[in-house]
Amino acid sequence: MELNRLQRSFLEYTAALFREGFLDSQFSQLYQLQDESNPEFVVEVVSLFFDDSERLINDLSRALDQTNVDFKKIDAHVHQLKGSSSSIGAQRVKNSCVSFRNFCEAQNIEGCLSCLQQVQQEYLLIKNKLEALFQLEKQIVAAGGAINTVEWML
Amino acid sequence: MGMAASDSQFHVLAVDDSLIDRKLIERLLKTSSYIVTTVDSGSKALEFLGWHEDDRRNTDETSVSPQNHQEVEVNLVITDYCMPEMTGYDLLKKIKESSSLRNIPVVIMSSENVPSRINRCLEEGAEEFFLKPVRLSDVNKLKPHLMKGKKQEIHESTPPQSPPSQLPTPQSSPPQSQLQQPPQPQEQQQQPSQSSNNKRKGMDEGLSSPDRTRPRYNGLTMVSN
Repeated sequence: MELNRLQRSFLEYTAALFREGFLDSQFSQLYQLQDESNPEFVVEVVSLFFDDSERLINDLSRALDQTNVDFKKIDAHVHQLKGSSSSIGAQRVKNSCVSFRNFCEAQNIEGCLSCLQQVQQEYLLIKNKLEALFQLEKQIVAAGGAINTVEWML
Repeated sequence: MGMAASDSQFHVLAVDDSLIDRKLIERLLKTSSYIVTTVDSGSKALEFLGWHEDDRRNTDETSVSPQNHQEVEVNLVITDYCMPEMTGYDLLKKIKESSSLRNIPVVIMSSENVPSRINRCLEEGAEEFFLKPVRLSDVNKLKPHLMKGKKQEIHESTPPQSPPSQLPTPQSSPPQSQLQQPPQPQEQQQQPSQSSNNKRKGMDEGLSSPDRTRPRYNGLTMVSN
């Protein structure tokens, strides 16, 4: 049956994301806060994360492009990005922010630039994966089912 | 607004400059059936609480303090630590220095596990310090603090009378001391001990409650199960 296949895909896909470290347990916490009265909660919060991240990554590019780099400001941006990625469970993005902050502290421009690239890559990766996940969810709901997060066992 | 009965809803004021975190904390608190107001800065929080510049605590004063500065009754403030302009610590301090607001329990949240920061906040009168991301298990720990806050208001703004039967008799000791709370039937997760002076839950204390999946005060930040 189509619905079973979709639901199995959903579980396999999320299992892989957790296993490969793209997501951590905070992501499953988000689903615990979603219910009939707030059925779109996860999508809403993740969308906020996408908007936030894109803005911060742009700000970071610009800040690192200046003649006199303001490391304090850069650190503040990275701190914000680290916070929001941590809040939704985007583990790899969060970890790349941790490295980034170390280079900020050392006032190492090359290191920062390399970290920015990494942050951007990780962000794009998780964005694609979460968008694919939400698509799968939509299909499940359209097929008359509901997503099952109980088996995430985190 | 008169004194509400002890079974009415609690109102929590959540302060965080991050929109995502405001959304999260709001959901967490609403899931626990609290009424929630969110603001994005310490100054907005003080405005909401009806704080006045000259509203300082006079330590010689007797326990009757005016509650009429507060437009809306707030039973607990939960605030992020790292905020521009006014940190959560600054906000905590202003609340505790205010004669009309000092009895409102304050909880601090932070993404960073810095023992000196945690201690500073607890010493200034914060009830709890939560590491972000905050979880339902953390929010479940707010109930005793909310009950205490309500009880202080009842004690201070009404003439001495017998308190509601489910709560112990208030003592004349300083308002900051923690009082023993009998187990609430609806609470599923409870700290094993609520003895006084436990608000400085030491960093050297091991995990005391089974529901806490990660330590809050250790130098190491452990990943939850």
